[in-house]
Amino acid sequence: MTLDMLKPGESAVVAELQSQGAERNRMLDLGIVPGTRLEAVMRSPLGDPMAYRVRSSVIALRREQAGRIRIELL
Amino acid sequence: MGVQAETVKSPACSACTASCTSQLVRLGIGTTGWDYVIALAGNPNTGKSTLFNVLTGLRQHVGNWPGKTVVRAEGSFRFNGRNYKVVDLPGTYSLLSASSDEEVARDFVLFGRPDVTVVVADATRLERNLGLVLQVLEITDRAVVALNLMDEAARHGLRVDSRSLARDLGVPVVPMAARRGEGVADLLGSIEEVATGTYATRPRRVDLRDPVLESAVQTLAAEVDRAFPGLPNARWVALRLLEGDESIARAVREGTLGELTRNGPSLPDKLMALEGR
Repeated sequence: MTLDMLKPGESAVVAELQSQGAERNRMLDLGIVPGTRLEAVMRSPLGDPMAYRVRSSVIALRREQAGRIRIELL
Repeated sequence: MGVQAETVKSPACSACTASCTSQLVRLGIGTTGWDYVIALAGNPNTGKSTLFNVLTGLRQHVGNWPGKTVVRAEGSFRFNGRNYKVVDLPGTYSLLSASSDEEVARDFVLFGRPDVTVVVADATRLERNLGLVLQVLEITDRAVVALNLMDEAARHGLRVDSRSLARDLGVPVVPMAARRGEGVADLLGSIEEVATGTYATRPRRVDLRDPVLESAVQTLAAEVDRAFPGLPNARWVALRLLEGDESIARAVREGTLGELTRNGPSLPDKLMALEGR
């Protein structure tokens, strides 16, 4: 499954980054690498973007970007 | 309150390291000649501008949102008889820049040759902040890590072993709470030691681990050095080229990479161009 399918309160581990180039770099810069634990924290009113906890920071990702992060549910 | 503190001071106070900050003279913008140039780098929202204001006495806008420091701010201070110019860079997660303000920070750390790069790290989000720290250590020996927001960390029940961290990173790590002025004296001492070379840093470098990649980097770095003699960090540039970094590739193609070295006027021009956009 991909990160955009994670519901608030659920946790997962990054399996693979499917993005390329600048977006991929951005994810790596934020510490999102294979093996990183992620938690869906909350949904914005329209459901996009979503807030995720990564390495004790909370970041917002668009649904599109989250869809390019393959995860394994914890 | 401050006046009271002054009056109880005995002559012995000025000799002890605890009163180091009393030797700090904030010079505001006044930069007529300096001995050392200090760059303040760090992730967004780690307190770079707060620290900048504490050091220089200026009131650079401090705010809790990303992208606030769009172009660099400059100020200066005097410590122990030496003048320092401080450059407050925009917050960045990485030196592999994604946006134009991140590029400003990257170019200055890479090619502006600051005497000391202070990486301001958020003690409450240390793991993420260490990425940039390691990237900075890749390209310079002269770095100090300011472990800021230690008061916040304590409030969250976090304890950071800054000594072990300093040993592992090979550069000084100074725990601080800049907005309360805590740790400023130690930071000044560390900056001075690194600037003057009294503290011999041994920055941690990540090994490439792949002999094929290593030899490719060496071959390309030699080419880069031939094309841009005197360019610092040819090895770093080579790695970026192998990675397909478009902004670095463009700078090499157009020959603008060389302008970023020593006497190149391109950085201020570039900043002006950014502001004009």
